[in-house]
Amino acid sequence: MGETITFWVLAVVSVTAALGLVFSRKAVYSALMLGTVMLSLAVLYAVQDAPFLAAVQIIVYTGAVMMLFLFVLMLVGVDSADSLVETIRGQRFWAIVAGLAFAALLGLGVGNAVLAAPKGLEAVTAKGNVPSLAELIFTRYVFAFEVTSALLITAALGAMVLAHRERTAPKPTQKDLSRARFVEYAEHGRNPAPLPGPGTYARHNAIDMPALLPDGSVSSLSVNRVLARREAAEGTLAPEILAALEAEDRETEERRREKSEEPARHHANGANGSGPNGSSSDGAASNGAAGVGHAAPDDAAAPVEESRATAPEKGEEAE
Amino acid sequence: MTTHYLVLSALLFVIGGVGVLVRRNAIVVFMCVELMLNACNLAFVTFARQNGNLDGQIIAFFVMIVAAAEVVIGLAIIVTIFRTRRSASVDDVNLLKY
Repeated sequence: MGETITFWVLAVVSVTAALGLVFSRKAVYSALMLGTVMLSLAVLYAVQDAPFLAAVQIIVYTGAVMMLFLFVLMLVGVDSADSLVETIRGQRFWAIVAGLAFAALLGLGVGNAVLAAPKGLEAVTAKGNVPSLAELIFTRYVFAFEVTSALLITAALGAMVLAHRERTAPKPTQKDLSRARFVEYAEHGRNPAPLPGPGTYARHNAIDMPALLPDGSVSSLSVNRVLARREAAEGTLAPEILAALEAEDRETEERRREKSEEPARHHANGANGSGPNGSSSDGAASNGAAGVGHAAPDDAAAPVEESRATAPEKGEEAE
Repeated sequence: MTTHYLVLSALLFVIGGVGVLVRRNAIVVFMCVELMLNACNLAFVTFARQNGNLDGQIIAFFVMIVAAAEVVIGLAIIVTIFRTRRSASVDDVNLLKY
């Protein structure tokens, strides 16, 4: 009786979760649904006199395999939604028809088979499930078991070879990064210093409080854009923050217009800036070198923070 | 009861198969393959009890090992393809067919 109740509860749960796995739009939901199916299958194994397999199912599948899936989902992009374009016309429809037909075939086949009452495993697992399994694995199936170890080693090596990537460009040093930062400053006017922390000089130091400049106005560099966008949508964004963001947007717009008006002059500037003896950007670059060299204590964090920001760009260039 | 387990296993297998055919995201396709393997394991365990010997459970154990190795390699391949093509969709990997 207990087994029947367990079966029906878990059957409904696992089939629902399997359908959710196939039809949910987001891949992370699919992964969670797969975890649900695996857990309910583990309980079904335990009910069917297979406690060892139930434990292995939880440890290997819900533990290791699901973690791998989630890691890769995070690497590959959680938000990569499925495209709804059918490359083969009518593929979805015919896939579902074929699935239903296959289900009917299997269901009829299994339903028509006449099965005796289950023999049960009491006779063969007199010593207990795990010792009996171990005896079989290390006698009759010992060759397959040894081959399995070779398979696992091959898989691990293969994954390492596939995931390994040679560095094609030398790793940017702190010096390169600081130079690139000041070239960026000379060409685009991007702030070379670390960003001011939120709440500096303010009455609160919460993440949503902007830093204030000496004249009391809001420093747009310290505004968390994500929070600002959310607050703007809710209508709770403080007006001085909004003013600062708007001023910054105006400035970038102006700079872009200037650049498009004089592309030739700017290009020459950029070429000079990257060399050691650039004309107009030279001052800024040497300033930067001095700043890094003498490393005033409050500037010390600058290269580290900036290297984090520029490293991905570098990596993409290298590709 | 055996029939119930077998029908459940068949249903899960079919749902996994439809998922492989319908979904375009390579990772979700892979998850559906895992679902099919799990459904087969359920059938193995059920038949082990039906026939009163442990061979079914041992085969299920080996299926789990092979599935673990397969997941490692498959996900590594997906990551490699994602690096070169910037996409995890199975439709974007179309250069092997010519």
